[in-house]
Amino acid sequence: MTILVAPESAATPSQPRTQQRNYLTDGYSVRSWLLTTDHKRIAILYLLSITFFFLLGGAAVIVVRLDLMTPQADLVQSETYNKLFTAHGVIMVFFFLIPSIPAVLGNFLVPLMVGARDLAFPRLNLLSWYVYMLGELFTLYALLAGGVDTGWTFYAPYSSTYSNTYVMATAVGIFITGFSSILTGLNFIVTIHKMRAPGLTWFRLPLFIWALYATSIIMVLGTPVLAITLLLVGMERLLGIGIFDPRLGGDPILFQHLFWFYSHPAVYIMILPSMGVVSEIIPCYCRKRPFGYAFIGFSSVAIAVFSFLVWGHHLFVSGQSIYAGMVFSMLSYLVAIPSAVKVFNWTASLHKGSISFDTPMLYALGFVGLFTMGGLTGLFVAALAVDVHVHDTYFIVAHFHYIMVGGAVMGYLGGIHFWWPKMTGRIYPEGWARLSAILIFVGFNLTFFPQYILGYLGMPRRYHVYPPEFQVLNVMSSAGASILGMGYFFPLTYLSWSLYFGKRASPNPWRATGLEWQTSSPPPTENFSETPVVLDEAYDYHRFDSLAATEGGGK
Amino acid sequence: MIDDGFRLLPEQASTLAPHVDLLYYFLLGVALFFTVLITVLIIYFSIKYRRGNTRVDRSSRPGHSTLLEIIWMVVPLIFSMGIFGWGATLYFSEYRPPAGAMEIRTVAKQWMWKFQHPNGHREINTLHIPLGQPIKMIMISEDVIHSLYVPAFRVKRDVLPGSYSSCWFEATRTGDFHLFCAEYCGTNHSRMIGRVIVMEPAEYEDWLGGGSAKETPVAAGQRLFEELRCVTCHRPDGATGRCPPLAGLLGREVKLTGGATIIADENYLRESILRPAAKVVEGFQPLMPSYDGQVDEEQLIQLISYIKSLAKP
Repeated sequence: MTILVAPESAATPSQPRTQQRNYLTDGYSVRSWLLTTDHKRIAILYLLSITFFFLLGGAAVIVVRLDLMTPQADLVQSETYNKLFTAHGVIMVFFFLIPSIPAVLGNFLVPLMVGARDLAFPRLNLLSWYVYMLGELFTLYALLAGGVDTGWTFYAPYSSTYSNTYVMATAVGIFITGFSSILTGLNFIVTIHKMRAPGLTWFRLPLFIWALYATSIIMVLGTPVLAITLLLVGMERLLGIGIFDPRLGGDPILFQHLFWFYSHPAVYIMILPSMGVVSEIIPCYCRKRPFGYAFIGFSSVAIAVFSFLVWGHHLFVSGQSIYAGMVFSMLSYLVAIPSAVKVFNWTASLHKGSISFDTPMLYALGFVGLFTMGGLTGLFVAALAVDVHVHDTYFIVAHFHYIMVGGAVMGYLGGIHFWWPKMTGRIYPEGWARLSAILIFVGFNLTFFPQYILGYLGMPRRYHVYPPEFQVLNVMSSAGASILGMGYFFPLTYLSWSLYFGKRASPNPWRATGLEWQTSSPPPTENFSETPVVLDEAYDYHRFDSLAATEGGGK
Repeated sequence: MIDDGFRLLPEQASTLAPHVDLLYYFLLGVALFFTVLITVLIIYFSIKYRRGNTRVDRSSRPGHSTLLEIIWMVVPLIFSMGIFGWGATLYFSEYRPPAGAMEIRTVAKQWMWKFQHPNGHREINTLHIPLGQPIKMIMISEDVIHSLYVPAFRVKRDVLPGSYSSCWFEATRTGDFHLFCAEYCGTNHSRMIGRVIVMEPAEYEDWLGGGSAKETPVAAGQRLFEELRCVTCHRPDGATGRCPPLAGLLGREVKLTGGATIIADENYLRESILRPAAKVVEGFQPLMPSYDGQVDEEQLIQLISYIKSLAKP
């Protein structure tokens, strides 16, 4: 989109920055935060809550990885081990990854990017945070009261009849939290449809908005099915109504169909927003329009649609008909195509760019590499006969961590760094940030690559004790995890440090296109002093840079 | 062989294993090709078009190319459809046991595996099988979902409560191999492990012959059939008229009240013993009482083995 005033405002701030009123200085009371309807403040509330849960989920897996250093059970007992990996999965999936980019970056950026004052339903947006917190409380209660040991997948009839842990409290927590993602998705869909600035047509939208639009569709259509599934587990557990347990006349495979009908698309809730972030970062640090804008945009929608048709690939060994298995295998390969299209387009975007390697770009390139590896191993697990061997082994664990951590978390961190000056008005220390991006990349690969080998060798997942020949690879993985943990610890520290000691940010420190960079950093409560008008295409870095050059302001 | 040595690939010990590994190697090749392609392109562009390099030509940047987009949609599509076909063909043969496979009846429960050989010999957590003989596992769980997994055979199949599932394999090497439960089943999931011991056929026969005299599942089923008084209605000559004949039933098509037809497999027999009114054969009344709670999973397997053994009259 055309940036009407950006180069000047970047070069010559019109007033002393310290006195500029912004959304952060618009009220300091606790009440002004807890009752805010400002999408930017709600994004900050989400940022704090999901960071807390990220640390909690991380703490759980530290114990898991330490225990796996030896084949025997030495650190914790099996009950505890099972509760820890369940806590890790439940927290990271439902309370960190799913809300991460949509609820933090999406909340902050969707109105700014479409040139609106706020989301379509600001109060609904605040409600979504309270709903999320209520769900969190139930889950925290379940964890503190004694934990839950079903695995994040809650397979019946273990979860519905046999487990003696806090299944219901956790399920209620997830059930409630689901509504917060439905509300967020609904808000985004309406905002993107109805509140775009004059001139901001669909094909001038940032690709991040395309990605979040696709994500929102999944949130709104998929999440209710998870709620229904958990409700059915509750009915069986509390009332003894036979749905999944064959002893009560139920069918355990039915649970898996229902669960994965949501939980497979949920993987795309986690990865699509990251793809959107990467599609913003790469053009900025290449100073050019992304290659194949329309293909990147439509591939997001294609992924959202196909994601609903592949759930059965989680059931290749579970007793679903072999013909159903074949259909789901074929459909799973179709969903790989739009993902491949994105990877090729991002790579082609580098061609004839003017590339710099600032922190967000390191994360974006790391994302492309790790997502490619995660996606390509998806070809292995979609191949029926190979899946029969690697199903429920560490191969699967490695595969989905490449997508959900190597992909989604790298994208999230890249986005947090990219928009940090906009959100906080401060610049983070570049040296530390680059170092930690590299540490995370190296640590991640050391942690999860050995798990591919472990999986093909046949080590099943969720094993507390294991045969001694798997020890070497497990030690490698745990060693990598310690580096990865360090890598995550750094941003937490220097980003907090930058809040007080970081250099103040200009409105557009990266000289990026996009409406969010046209307003001050941090933005005022009302986002824009006047409604921006968009006159041409997105990511017109060529025009932006030549304008800046002629006005002598571009550095 | 179970050994403590470090290795990158599991040993191949079944007829299926080399086929799965071949597809795996092919996939590794494809993955390596695309990973290297993307990595090399990223590094090459990153160096060539780094900001500091002012001498490189950046004019006439292409914004998009429909031809390129079509190429990188169609090429992966062709690759992936090939992989799909390959994987599906193997999967098909994997879950279709050959005729005449030796049947091992398996009951899984938290947290042990119970196996019974055709001659009635039972073992727990260890499974002895002869080399070069197709083995069909007929499996059921007494509680939650388990999954039988023998990495060296590249075989895995979930074991469900409430219905039989099956898989088959044919060992190609003698030795000890890991047997794991692959579906999380509660506290001691990681201890629900065992060994498959593959023996030369003659050795296996010797091993089977040792120990006390056993009752075969068929004989045990016949005994139960009489003890439970099934025989009052289901007479061997099928002449009472109150119920359809059992002889030669297994695998036959059965017409049900209401017009539907089904194949009478093990799961149908199991359901008909536990919930006789669920699927009534056309032309008969639902007279049979339920045996739910009176027979356990192992007795059910014996009864079904007996019914299966009744040849066509």
